[in-house]
Amino acid sequence: MAQLEEVSVDQFKHLVSERALTGETMLLNMGPQHPSTHGVLRLLLELDGETIINTIPDIGYLHTGIEKNIEAKTYLKAEVMSDRLDYMNNMGNNLVYCMAVEKLVDLDVPERAVVIRVILAELERINSHLVWIGTFGLDLAAMSMFLYAFRERERILDIKELISGQRMMTTFIRPGGIWRDVPVEFEAAVRDFIKMLPKRIDEYEALLTKNPLFLDRLLGIGKLDPAVALQHGVTGPMLRASGVNWDLRKARPYLGYDQYDFTVPVRTEGDTYARYIVRVEEMRESLKIIEQALNKLPLGPVNSNNRKFVPPPRSELGVSMEALIHHFKLWTEGFPAPNASVYQAVESPRGELGVLLEGDGSAKPRRCHWRTPSFDNLSVLPKIVKGHLVADLVAILASVDIVLGDIDR
Amino acid sequence: MDKKLETIVQALQENFGVTFEEFRGEVHVFVKAENIVPALTLLRDKYDFELLSALTATDFWPQLSPRFHVVYQLTSLARNLSLQLRVPLEDSQPHIPTATGLYEVANWRERELLDMFGIIPDGHPDPRRILMPDGTDGHPLRKDFPLGYEEPQFTFNFDEIDLRKPYAKE
Repeated sequence: MAQLEEVSVDQFKHLVSERALTGETMLLNMGPQHPSTHGVLRLLLELDGETIINTIPDIGYLHTGIEKNIEAKTYLKAEVMSDRLDYMNNMGNNLVYCMAVEKLVDLDVPERAVVIRVILAELERINSHLVWIGTFGLDLAAMSMFLYAFRERERILDIKELISGQRMMTTFIRPGGIWRDVPVEFEAAVRDFIKMLPKRIDEYEALLTKNPLFLDRLLGIGKLDPAVALQHGVTGPMLRASGVNWDLRKARPYLGYDQYDFTVPVRTEGDTYARYIVRVEEMRESLKIIEQALNKLPLGPVNSNNRKFVPPPRSELGVSMEALIHHFKLWTEGFPAPNASVYQAVESPRGELGVLLEGDGSAKPRRCHWRTPSFDNLSVLPKIVKGHLVADLVAILASVDIVLGDIDR
Repeated sequence: MDKKLETIVQALQENFGVTFEEFRGEVHVFVKAENIVPALTLLRDKYDFELLSALTATDFWPQLSPRFHVVYQLTSLARNLSLQLRVPLEDSQPHIPTATGLYEVANWRERELLDMFGIIPDGHPDPRRILMPDGTDGHPLRKDFPLGYEEPQFTFNFDEIDLRKPYAKE
């Protein structure tokens, strides 16, 4: 067991300025328990009055060892933990994990399951951005924004409950397809939601977009240069707000994203306001994708027919000996994967979410690394808050949109 | 293999004598540890691999030679290409030259390597643990590090187990 050591300032000597050692500037802890750090993130700030000179992020308070745990589970059982990583994008995590497994064992996915996956991934994107816009407003003292955004998010959680019985940790997307076909009420529920949301987004924009108090806090704050962003591995809306048009849905279309008509919002300012605009526009684009997907939703099976990887339907168990054997083998032993490595990336609400999955010939992976966007996006924070006030740090941190479960894994 | 990627792999072969593998359309290039920084420099400056998407490692224990593969997943936005570099490391020499001079994202990612695998990034500006608490023994993602568990407590043996449970000391 770890021996806890006294932390001395000597550890951070090389990270703060000379003036901190003489006591001229102040070292201040922000977090780990602070309402504006969106989780358990600790920031050690070096302050000259109210101006930030240095920021030292300290992460790991939410480290759960999921990567280690996945190595001890079979491919099907390990998926449950993927929900818990980025708890604002549960199905997006399921999606990238399942796509990695499918790539590793070369498994097909039926067309209907692919389209349902697109609808769910885009619903999750809206879900995540709604939570983001709510907490962003809350951090900037627009408290009603939080209540409105969570009201709409509740509808998405209801849809998730409708299809899977769970509101957050659904594990709905499975290797080879999805858990079950969606119920008949699904289409009407989603159509209701996408009809309602555009007006609500207009309402949010009426509250925030041209609000002078809001603009004062955001314009020109936390500027991120595109070259610096790429150096720090920043992806997603943050990168696109800095003028780099890079979206994996367009650049490397997966799930047939090339068949949908949507645009990728890009701004060139790179400040906190640009990140806000990009995310609001992304919600509108996601709605377009969902509508097109609903219109073309084909009928057919939702799971691959490959019984070596996908459990047979319950109804077959009573009548088919093979089905019973496959069911038993899959849930006790699991399926073996080749001794090889794949890297699969998708565009999550926060950026490039990648899984490096490495099999070793047995039923358990040798390594499952999660390339989580929040981790790299946070690493640029010390650069963009330099020279700003402590109050601006709150706005900048909110605009980065971090999820600590995603960072600490 | 993609035509564009083929010329890049050829350039790497001429300069550093690398070997490569292909699996499901992905190209994995095996580079020696002493060549990794020049190889990354070549890829970044000449072939526009401006984004280091992922930097991590794999442990092949009980195999000791090579024991680790350090994985560099590179992305080129301008050419829309992906390339994976892999550096095999011996158990006795878990050292890798730092890539922080080329990609600043390597700063945190190499701290994670140090923390999770005990792979030491030589020349790193800030070699501290990143996720685990300071003073942790061992490196959790190594295969010889036990997974560990917590003893479940019930009403009849709650206090008994509580006595030997490790808590953070004041």
